[in-house]
Amino acid sequence: MALIACKNLTLGYGGRVIVKDLNFAVNTGNYLCIVGENGSGKTTLMKTLLGLTPAISGGIVLGDGLKRNEIGYLPQQTAVQRDFPASVYEIVLSGFCGKSGIAPFYTAAQKKEALENIRKMGIFDLKGRCYRELSGGQQQRVLLARALCATSKLILLDEPVSGLDARATEGMYSIIEKLNKEEKITVIMISHDISAALKYATHILHIGADCFFGRREEYISLKKAEVTDNE
Amino acid sequence: MSEIMEKLYFYIQFPMVRKALIVGVLIALCSSLLGVTLVLKRFSFIGDGLSHVAFGAMAVAAVVGLTNNMPLVLAVTAISAILLLRTGTNTRIKGDAAVAMISVGALAVGYLLMNVFPKSGNVSGDVCTTLFGSTSILTLSKKEVLLCIILSAVVMAVFVLFYNKVFALTFDEDFARATGTRTSAYNLLIAMIVAAVIVLAMNLVGSLLISALVIFPALSSMRVFKTFRSVTVCSAVLSVICALLGMLVSIVTGTPVGSTIVVVDIFSFLIFYLIGLLKEGVKK
Ligand SMILES: Nc1ncnc2c1ncn2[C@@H]1O[C@H](COP(=O)(O)OP(=O)(O)OP(=O)(O)O)[C@@H](O)[C@H]1O
Ligand SMILES: [Mg+2]
Repeated sequence: MALIACKNLTLGYGGRVIVKDLNFAVNTGNYLCIVGENGSGKTTLMKTLLGLTPAISGGIVLGDGLKRNEIGYLPQQTAVQRDFPASVYEIVLSGFCGKSGIAPFYTAAQKKEALENIRKMGIFDLKGRCYRELSGGQQQRVLLARALCATSKLILLDEPVSGLDARATEGMYSIIEKLNKEEKITVIMISHDISAALKYATHILHIGADCFFGRREEYISLKKAEVTDNE
Repeated sequence: MSEIMEKLYFYIQFPMVRKALIVGVLIALCSSLLGVTLVLKRFSFIGDGLSHVAFGAMAVAAVVGLTNNMPLVLAVTAISAILLLRTGTNTRIKGDAAVAMISVGALAVGYLLMNVFPKSGNVSGDVCTTLFGSTSILTLSKKEVLLCIILSAVVMAVFVLFYNKVFALTFDEDFARATGTRTSAYNLLIAMIVAAVIVLAMNLVGSLLISALVIFPALSSMRVFKTFRSVTVCSAVLSVICALLGMLVSIVTGTPVGSTIVVVDIFSFLIFYLIGLLKEGVKK
């Protein structure tokens, strides 16, 4: 059974349709890249998968015993207020909020893992700093570390490398690859970086006027065919 | 100096003064704990908004001819507080605008009703109490003090136990919801304790003071501290100190309690503002 399956999913806001009749399934261990133009509905799809935006019609089925609190999420943008007092460590630790359920406090193991994720993202020396006073790329890494804390089976990333420098981008891709290969965590990632998408992904979902879903190889041969057609 | 101490000592002998001090400190503590979240969620003016709702409810009670309007007023105020806060940040109308709408709306409806049916008894007196506190804080009954102590204990326990959830929900509600936190349940819980504190405090110290107690300690601490925990702790401590100081000053000088506390809060804000500026200057 698939980890997440969408059947005839129609997305939109307030009755206005953005994407119609999406069908795809993600299995455990897959690495799905979602590509498409600006405004094509990628973020909307991710929010619908997460239950933040209601679907207009169609259904999403969570399989393999997947629970909501086993999903990590990196939003495309977080509207944090100008003077919100919060340290990097506090924010990363809050990634465990869903997992800890009704338990009031975070465990020692969770605190250790939060620090470990902060280290992985290369922001260990910033851990006591105020989030609002960091640069855009540094903030992105904080939210990534938080997403890692929330993840145990599936991670959804909305443009994880936007705003990162070349080295951090490389590091980011290798962390995601490791997560996918070694810890068997399923990845769904939105990206405008087609070459990276084709390098790491097992599956591609293209959203736009004509939607495509399939294995990476199929997508590559389809693109090749399109190029030869045009010539 | 010793003269002042003697005067204080003299007044502290009276049980009613001690009761007032206890109630004042507890309300200051509870409202400052919630204040950080309320200010960050754009609900600074919820105390004022709710007092207008209470006024509207009183007008309705007077028109209908209820003799004991307290239960109705309490219920309506608590329900409005929950409706306002429960929806969290995912509403089309943002917190401050929603509070303003409800407050102006209730005020207008209440005033209109009083004019159309001008038989009401003592609405203007009632209005005064919602603004400035009913019983002067010195005439509290034993029952009121006990209620205040119990409620404060509940609020503090809930706040400590759900501190991590409160942070997660205040910082990024969407993320919390997406990763499996039951945000609507927690929002309801937060809304209920906010409603309880505000309704209680409105009756004891008035809505002017409750707004000040919610806003000032949080804003002062945010000038100096940059993490959620330090801001929360600092505003709780600051709020208690200011309330205590304000009450003692008012006892000695005979000034009105509420406004004295607010003035002390204003001073503390100025001090923290300066410290904040100095800190920034040192960093540069
Ligand atoms: N909250 C909203 N209410 C109404 N319409 C929205 C809302 N958010 C997005 N839209 C619209 O939905 C469409 C898809 O938006 P979405 O954010 O999903 O695009 P995207 O594929 O993620 O684009 P990008 O590559 O720029 O991130 C856009 O036309 C946008 O205007
Ligand atoms: Mg997007």
